[in-house]
Formats: sequence, C-alpha cells, structure tokens
Amino acid sequence: MNVILETVLRLAGWLLIAPLLPGIINKVKAWVAGRRGPPVLQLYYDLARLWRKGVVLSTLASPGFIAGPAIAWVAVLCAAQLLPLGPAGAALSFRGDVLLLIYLLATARFCTAWAALETGSAFEGMGTAREVSYAVLAEAAMITAVLSLSVHTGSVTLVTMLAPAAGAGAVLLGAGLFVVLLAENCRVPFDDPNTHLELTMIHEVMVLDHSGPPFAAILHGASMKLLLFALLLTEAVLPVGELSPVAAAGALAGGVLAVTVGVGLVESLLARFAFRRVPLLLTMAFLLCLFALLVAWKGGEA
Amino acid sequence: MSTSTAFALLANGTCLPWSEVPESSLAEFLQATRSELDRGGRLCSWFGVPDGDAVRLVSIVGFDADNTLAAARSAPIRGGYPALTLTHPQAHLFERELWEQHGIVPEGHPWLKPVRRIAGDAPANGEFFRVDGREVHEVAVGPIHAGVIEPGHFRFQCAGEEVLHLEIALGYQHRGAERALPGGPHRTTMFQMETVAGDTTMGHATAYATVLEALAGTEAPLRAQWLRAVALELERLANHTGDIGALAGDVAFLPTMSACGKIRGDFLNLTAIICGNRFSRGIVRPGGCGYDLDPDRSSRLFEKLAAALKDVEQAATWFWDAASVRGRFENVGTVHASQGAEIGLVGVAARACGLVRDVRFDHPTGWHRFGQVPVAVWPGGDVFARARVRSLEIQRSGQFLKEQLLAPPEGEIFSELPPATPDALAVALVEGWRGEVCHVALTDSAGKFRRYKITDPSFHNWTGLALALRGTAVSDFPICNKSFNLSYCGHDL
Repeated sequence: MNVILETVLRLAGWLLIAPLLPGIINKVKAWVAGRRGPPVLQLYYDLARLWRKGVVLSTLASPGFIAGPAIAWVAVLCAAQLLPLGPAGAALSFRGDVLLLIYLLATARFCTAWAALETGSAFEGMGTAREVSYAVLAEAAMITAVLSLSVHTGSVTLVTMLAPAAGAGAVLLGAGLFVVLLAENCRVPFDDPNTHLELTMIHEVMVLDHSGPPFAAILHGASMKLLLFALLLTEAVLPVGELSPVAAAGALAGGVLAVTVGVGLVESLLARFAFRRVPLLLTMAFLLCLFALLVAWKGGEA
Repeated sequence: MSTSTAFALLANGTCLPWSEVPESSLAEFLQATRSELDRGGRLCSWFGVPDGDAVRLVSIVGFDADNTLAAARSAPIRGGYPALTLTHPQAHLFERELWEQHGIVPEGHPWLKPVRRIAGDAPANGEFFRVDGREVHEVAVGPIHAGVIEPGHFRFQCAGEEVLHLEIALGYQHRGAERALPGGPHRTTMFQMETVAGDTTMGHATAYATVLEALAGTEAPLRAQWLRAVALELERLANHTGDIGALAGDVAFLPTMSACGKIRGDFLNLTAIICGNRFSRGIVRPGGCGYDLDPDRSSRLFEKLAAALKDVEQAATWFWDAASVRGRFENVGTVHASQGAEIGLVGVAARACGLVRDVRFDHPTGWHRFGQVPVAVWPGGDVFARARVRSLEIQRSGQFLKEQLLAPPEGEIFSELPPATPDALAVALVEGWRGEVCHVALTDSAGKFRRYKITDPSFHNWTGLALALRGTAVSDFPICNKSFNLSYCGHDL
C-alpha cells in the first residue's frame, strides 16, 4: 500500500511541479527587462487550454504524429522516476539505471524527431536535422559527465552516484552540465523559445504542426525535462544524499530555483549564438565534463 | 555635366515642360541611357507613357555627385526592345514592370516574370528558379508568416544550412495605388499617398506635395518646409529605433529589444505632438502643412526628444557592447559595394556598403538646402554595417532636430497652390527613412495627371536582400531581412 502511495505522490510531484519552471524563467526575464511579464502559472493555464482544444491532423501524417509526443512524454516521465530525490531515493533503482536514464531521454528525442518528420514539412525537417546534429555533441558531454560521477563514486547506480558531492571536479562538472541543460532544453544561446522566426528555430519548429492535447504533452514533457536536468545538476554538485530529509529538500528546492533563475539571467543578458558556433560551445561543455572525469580519476588515486 | 543631348537636366523638386524633355529614336534613347548609367548615373525611374496604342519610354537618371537629375523619352514604340538589364542589372525590376504594365518586351531579359500581377486570388508568381542536385532542398516561406507582418513569399534553394539562392515573390499587397492616379489629383489622392507605405508617410507625402508644388511653379512656405524636415527626421528616428530593437529581438538580446520597443513609441508620440497622431497623417498638404507647431508644443517636443535620445543612446550602447550581438552581425549577409552599385541600392542599405547615397545631401530640396544632416556611411555591407548606419543616423538626426527646433523660420505654414502647369514633367526625390522615395508626374493638357510613377526604396532594395542571402546560413535570414526591413506595400503599390 505504501509503495503505491509513494509512487502516486512521486508522479503527482513531477507532473504538478514541472510546469512551474518555465514560469519562473519568464518572470526572471520580465524582471530584468523591467516588464511585469506573464503569470508564473501561465504554463498551467496554457496546458489546460490546449487540453480542451481539438487536434488538427495532416492527411499525410501516420499515427506516429500522435504516438511520437505520447511516447516521448512517457519516456521523460519514466526517466524522472529513475532520478533519486536526495535521501528519499528513486522510485526505481537498480545497477546500471543511469544507462536507462540516458537511453530514455534519447528515446524521447527520437520520438519527437519522428513525429516532426511525419508531416513532410521543410521547416520541420530542417529543425530535426539541427536538433539531432547538436544532440550528438550534447549527449557526448552528458555521458562524460555521468562517467565522471561513476568514476568518482565507483558505482553505476544513480542513487549511489548522486549521493555525495562531485568532489574536486564539482565546479567543472556543474558548468558542463549547465551548458548541456541549456542545449537539451532549447534555451538561449542555443535556441530561442520565444522566437516566431520559423527559419531560426530548432525545437519550436519541430512541433509547429502539433496542436491540442498532443501539443500539451510536448510542452509538459519539455518542462519535466527541464526539471529533471535541474535536479540532476543540483544533485551532481551538492551532497544531497548525505543530508537530513529536511535539509535535502531545502537543498533540492534551492538548487532547482538557482538553476532556473540562472537560465533566466542567461536569456536576459546573452544574445543567441549563430548555428555555426553552437558546436564550439557544446564541445566546450564536453571538455569541461572530460576534465571533471580526469579529476575524478586521477584525484581518486592521489 | 551631361554632354548627351538625349537627356535634359533638371534639379530635384522642379518641373520641365514635356516638350523640353528630348525625344529620341528608340536606339538612340537606349544608347544614351546606357552611356549615362555607365558614367555613374543611377536609374531613379524607368516607365512607359501610353500614347495611343504605342508607348513612350521615360528614363530618369540621377547624378548624385553632380546634384542633378536627367530626363529623356523615346519615340512611341510597340512590341519590344533589347533589354537594358543585360548590361545594367539595376534596370531589371523596372523592365519587368514595364512589360507587365504595357506589354513592351525587354528582349533578352534573363528573368522576365510578373512583378505584382494578380492571377485569381494571388500574385502570378510564375516558375521559381531551381537549383538541381540531390543535396539541394527547397524551403518556401510565406506569404503568411509567423509574426504579424506583411505578406511576401520567399523561396530558398539550400544545401544544408547554406542558402544557394533566394527568390522573392511579392505582389500580395497590390492595391492599384499608381493606377488610381491618372486624371488626378483626386480628392482622395493626398490620403492615399500618405499610405503608399504606411511607415513612410512623411517620405511619400512630401514627395507628392513637392511634385504638385513643382508643377504649380511654386514652393511651400519656408516654415512648412522646415516642419516637413522635422517630421521626416522624427519618422526616421522612430523607425530606426524600432529596427534596432527588432534586430536585437531576432538574436534574442532582450535588453535592447525591450528598451527600443518602448523608445520607438516615445518617438512616435513626438509626432503626435505635431499632428495628433503617431504616423504623421495630415502633416503634409500640397502647398504647405496641415498643422503648425506653436512654441509651447515645440519646447515640449524638444524636451521629450532630448530624453528619448538619451534613452536610445543607452540602449544602443548595450547593443554594441555585447560581444554576443556583434558575433551574430559581423560578416553575415554581406552585399559588396560593387554589387550594391550594380543593382542600384539606395538608402540605409547602400550607405552600409560604403556608397555615399543620400538624397538629403545629393539632391537637397526643401529645408535640406538650408539645414544639412551629415551622411552616415559604414563600409562592410553586412548586417552589422546596416545596424551601425541606423545607429549613426539616430545620432545625427537627433542632433539635426535639436538644432532645428531651436531656430524655426517665421511665416505662413500654408499657401494655396496655383493650378498645375499643363504638359509638364515633375520629379521629386525624398530621402525617406528606408531610402530614396521617387515620385514622377506627367500632366496632360488640362493640368491633370497623365502618368504618375511612384518608386519606393524597397523597389530597388529587395534585390539586395536576395544577394545578401547567397552563401549565408538560412537561419540568418531573419536578421538579414530585418537589417534591410523593406516595405511590401511600398513595392506592391
């Protein structure tokens, strides 16, 4: 009985808290620009509105057009259940679950790309090409970061890997993961979530033809992914697993808030990069994670 | 100056009896136009005047360095003639237009397609240029865009992210503005002229009023000329500020975007101090101005102007100091000076290629004969240069306004116009905020318009945008487009 209650609570937490993050980012951006900005709960209203709307389907699209977003949403939600929440641990934990986490995120990306290609639109093909090219580099950085945590703790189980602080390489790892977070969640300087310019979009253009509930699933999945990365970053850097439950909850909430505000500040003060410079930044993220790995490896011997 | 007898010289804002515009045989006319263009002349206008079932060609060439214009006409022709475009690409859109309007075929024209002809519900776009190859893909954008902007269709031939070719198809905004004019001026004409391109109200309205005043053999009172110059610069300030904000928005640089959006409104509100609306409607009337600026409102305008100029300076400083912004603009969307000269760029786009082309300086009329604004030029021809020229012009127009507002001329603001000279040709060029606005009017024996030709700067510059995109990443199209910020309705008329 307790297990069921716990699982329900965890799911509810992920589903309900995630849409808060984009709201906070937008509030920070508005505050820096001296505007009032949309309400923090705007995404909740948007999701409710989209949920009530009908779906416009292209006659060319196969059922994959609907299945893609649905599978992607489920994949992100499952990945979230693998992530431990401090001393509370993960809903599901086993040796090597970190690999499943990475593959679930890749599955989500694959399904979004698949659904985008379904309509045969030139825009969406272009966006997909960009998304998957940058993903190659972002995933390399992500895997290196995970590897450094794994070497540091000598484990491939997320609960053990994320419990202690990342050690001497924490700053490197934190910076690398933050860049990966920006890239994976399509934020400035990689992508501009606010743009209306279809030719410059990456993620936005891939979902251009989606409407109604499938689009709500896409938006909600994106916010869960942002929360997932923010938590991962916090737990990789801070020794959340070794704190008391209250302190851990505070550290997690504070960490996620700091990351979210950080994203908002980056978007407020930095222009977006030209596409040709994106690989350089991602390579830099990879190198940061690589040095964190070297520190974890050699630092462990010393 | 011109040694060719095929052309008659006239100054900007003046008129010439139609009989004094030299008429030559078609071959001589074409030869003369070619040689004037070869000598550095610029094709300001090129159009047909129907004469029975034949058509006379008229060519208006501008000599910027000599501060003079030249006009010539051909004998009535039918059928076709060897295209000018083959040797002078700046004529290509004029020749397509001539073919569309009068059926005169420019033989050998490399890309003879309609400019704005409507077929059914949409413009007759014809076949688009296509690049073959397995790696090449075609991207079609518009006519309906994701933002609230005017309609236009863009067809890209891309290899990956790189644009090999861009073709721009317009005509969706065609309202028949030019066709409504023969037999005029009508009672509605002044209002239509203010909306030829709604963001260039001062440019087009001033050009139209100048044409009528030239045809009447007079000028607007000095005070009216002064007020027109003031309002023209206010229009420039508002639009340039808006453009810089929009460029910042396109690269997701929020500080300048947010600030410039607000400051543009401040500048528009300054126009409202003069005429009660934000888009200069009603300021220009043939024979003078519809509103005067009393000292009270003038000093209010001055104060608010100084504050807005300070704000825009700050917003521009954030913009130019951000390395991430400069990195997006430098070496993107380059049009070389030689290309710009060849396709006849005008205005901001031309000055950003290092070409010194500014009607206020080259062909001063009205108040610009007494108060000069330094020409803002920047070499490079890229997005950075176009943004930079705008930024410089904001400073210089602001300075000009501050000087002018303190020293207004006295006198009348309006005087009734005498009737227009019959059988005369009048030309007026005005440096609108985008560039050269050219109006040419030809009257009939009753002094009514026989032919009226409007050339918006966008008509010259759309080709520049297409060239700027060659070899540029398709994702940089929006900033290239914004850096030109051309008018759809000004082109489509």
